[in-house]
Amino acid sequence: MIEEVGTTTEGDLVINVGPQHPATHGVLHLVITLNGETIKKVEPHLGYIHRSIEKMCESLTYRQFIYVTSRMDYLSAHINNHACALCVEKGLQVEVPQRAQYIRVIMDELTRIASHELWWGAMAMDLGAFTPFFHAFRERETINTIMEETCGARLTMNYMVPGGVMFDLHPDFQKKVKAFIQQYTSKINEYDELVTGNIIFQNRMKGIGYVTKEDAISYGCTGPVARGSGVASDIRKIAPYDVYDKVEFDEVLETGGDSFARYLVRVKEMQQSIRIIEQLIDNIPEGDFQAKTKAVLKLPKGEFYQRVETARGELGVYIISEGGTTPYRIKFRSPGFSNLSILDHMVRGHKIGDLVAAMGTLDLVIPDIDR
Amino acid sequence: MFSLEGITKAIDTWLNAHFNSTVVLLAECVLVGVAAIALFAVLGLGLVWMERKVAAVMQIRLGPNRLGPKGIFQTSADTLKLIMKEGLTPDGADKFLFNLAPFIVMIVAMLVLAPISFAKNFQIWDINIGVLYVSAVSSLSVIGILMAGWSSNNKYSLLGAMRSGAQIVSYELSAGLAIISIVVLTGSLSINDIIQSQQNGWWIFKGHIPAIISFIIFIIAVTAETNRAPFDLAEAESELTAGFHTEYSGMKFALFFLAEYINIFIVCSIGATLFFGGWMPLHIGNWEAFNHIMDFIPSSIWFFGKTIFLIFLIMWFRWTFPRLRVDQLLNLEWKYLLPISLFNLLLMTVVAIMGWHF
Amino acid sequence: MFLKEYINDVLKAAKSLLTGMKVTGYYFTHRKEIITEQYPDNRATLQLAERFRGEVVMPHDENNQHACTGCSACEIACPNGTIKIINKFDIQPDGKKKKAIDTFVYHLELCTMCGLCVEACPTSAIKMANTFEHSVFNRNQLTKRLNQPGSKIREGVE
Ligand code: SF4
Ligand code: SF4
Repeated sequence: MIEEVGTTTEGDLVINVGPQHPATHGVLHLVITLNGETIKKVEPHLGYIHRSIEKMCESLTYRQFIYVTSRMDYLSAHINNHACALCVEKGLQVEVPQRAQYIRVIMDELTRIASHELWWGAMAMDLGAFTPFFHAFRERETINTIMEETCGARLTMNYMVPGGVMFDLHPDFQKKVKAFIQQYTSKINEYDELVTGNIIFQNRMKGIGYVTKEDAISYGCTGPVARGSGVASDIRKIAPYDVYDKVEFDEVLETGGDSFARYLVRVKEMQQSIRIIEQLIDNIPEGDFQAKTKAVLKLPKGEFYQRVETARGELGVYIISEGGTTPYRIKFRSPGFSNLSILDHMVRGHKIGDLVAAMGTLDLVIPDIDR
Repeated sequence: MFSLEGITKAIDTWLNAHFNSTVVLLAECVLVGVAAIALFAVLGLGLVWMERKVAAVMQIRLGPNRLGPKGIFQTSADTLKLIMKEGLTPDGADKFLFNLAPFIVMIVAMLVLAPISFAKNFQIWDINIGVLYVSAVSSLSVIGILMAGWSSNNKYSLLGAMRSGAQIVSYELSAGLAIISIVVLTGSLSINDIIQSQQNGWWIFKGHIPAIISFIIFIIAVTAETNRAPFDLAEAESELTAGFHTEYSGMKFALFFLAEYINIFIVCSIGATLFFGGWMPLHIGNWEAFNHIMDFIPSSIWFFGKTIFLIFLIMWFRWTFPRLRVDQLLNLEWKYLLPISLFNLLLMTVVAIMGWHF
Repeated sequence: MFLKEYINDVLKAAKSLLTGMKVTGYYFTHRKEIITEQYPDNRATLQLAERFRGEVVMPHDENNQHACTGCSACEIACPNGTIKIINKFDIQPDGKKKKAIDTFVYHLELCTMCGLCVEACPTSAIKMANTFEHSVFNRNQLTKRLNQPGSKIREGVE
């Protein structure tokens, strides 16, 4: 049946969406086959921003390769770095000080909020509402300023190092984060009024891009995409790392499976992140922010794997070491790639406008897919 | 008291005193043409600037603020840039239609200007079927858009143009019905008569709830007809890049752009004329003193004030709402707007026959 | 009843749209919410985080002395080959030769501001400055020499 719909016949309209297109948020290239306005097939073409990061990492030492991973999923740069640091620590068998663990988790959650914030604005913009984008950036900007103060950069922070974090927190950090939480909670209603409750928005999102639980699992979807279909897939719950087992938070699950469910998952996840930060921010223990490590790191011969929950889903870092100072092989399991694979399945039979609504909720970051 | 009527009268008497009638007629034609084009340029620049400012403030930005006070000359600079740009014609395009399309859209926008009454006794052409003329001519612009979409040899353009066609044809209906409901009240199609009938209060106040409903329907329908967000499917940026004008550049693009704003101005001035009394000052029943004070404000200011208020409303929509999908757009028209406006027309007729309006 | 549902639908839709317009309307009438920063005009008041990583610099004290021993640890730590250390041998008063820095070459155009070099330096001779306006007309100007001409290593730094 799928094959029948999927084949291109004479008279179909084949259009290229991208690599330069406002809706793909990057250099993704989709070849879509249309019958009038109805989509018959979507074929993603990748590779426009492939920088062979995995290969590049093989020639960098264990300290150096972490910064490159910020350039994969640049919206959750912290979390990527965190995954790499955790994986290297696993190999080195170092114990990360409590303080560093707390700092890492707070930073991860701030990153997640910033990432979802940007997605929220971009989602509304994809559907033609421009104003939410700027409102989302107001909150995101506050996070960026907090990051800048402590980590020294706004987007690609390179703050996590094997054994802890690079510097201690900025003295103002706690105060600023609390101010941000206040600001965020005061604006959250506005978000619902402006976008979530809007009848046009709901009609555009509901019943679009339906993914069943089975499909989500068999396509390897993770993160909010899977949770929107009711698949419990939060790595922070399944395999807690750092202090995630000490904080209380709910894994947001929606059973709708459509674009609106995925939208709700992300919006609610932001509130859960706020909840995590609220629990940690006052209890950061004193102590070292970095474990003592050797100047030149050498991982023992073997294979190491670590997975974390980025803003987009499960990121896995797989290192094969031959005992040298550089990895023999690195493989990243990026969430975006698997999530993109379900796009064709999601949008068949929908209109072109729905392509945008469905693709937006996948929260694609193209450098993450291509690496 | 300042009035546009006085100026035209003075020019007319001066011309008549110095030249014979044929020359006077020709000279006045030229003057009207020049005035119309000047109005176009000013409106285009002004409205684009206004749009950008409104958008900016709603988006907690500052908007253009470099060139001139509050960035008022920014749009002129942009126009200069567009003029200097190369007007590209894509390979495989139907060159004749491709180059003709922006002019068709523009000329249609210009034609509609004729019966609009800008101030007391200040009108290019007082035609007795003014309202009918406006709705007839304004729907011609879809031909220009279809032409542009077809001739561009671009699939995005084609899709955009087809959407635009479906949209304009269907929303024409409810816009027409909303206009007719006011015509029912006044019993005349002439713009001047409609304005005169609002001597003692605007229709939106006098016509009870039916008038308010038809105003809402009118404003929704004209937003759709001018291809403005949330109905900007013809140029849906995130779906079709730029829709029907994807392949246009330079001044040809600017003409489409300008025509969009002129169309907004025209539909808003029609709206102001029908529901808010055009240039008619705010009169309340028989409060003589109040009415008298209101009369002191020049009629042109009343007209432009009301029109700009309506334009602002349309801009407000644009910067708040997401875009509809193409099937929802048609659903809205055929399942909601059309039945409601038909029912509303019936109600309005009853109101008019029974004389329930003030 | 169908009609009741229909009217309800319309009213609910209208309400949701009006709430949205209320939000934008609020921002339209409250100009103090505007957050735009007028960047080149506010240079004087611009507050940059002191840790902001904008460029690698080598601080010199008033005697034109720095703390760089020329150990090349930063060069090794840099993932991008941004730093090139060129050493020379000073003849000390007692006749011995001592390794010292001749030129610290820094390619700003290659730098990703990761801060690893600063972390690696044993004598804290380099740090990240928070300058960020790096645009120049000629690419050559981006290749910098960080130790000032005639500068020497500070006494007592090993
Ligand atoms: S900041 Fe990073 S890239 Fe720049 S010189 Fe230092 S180590 Fe190299
Ligand atoms: S800057 Fe520091 S690490 Fe680099 S050569 Fe000088 S002393 Fe060594």
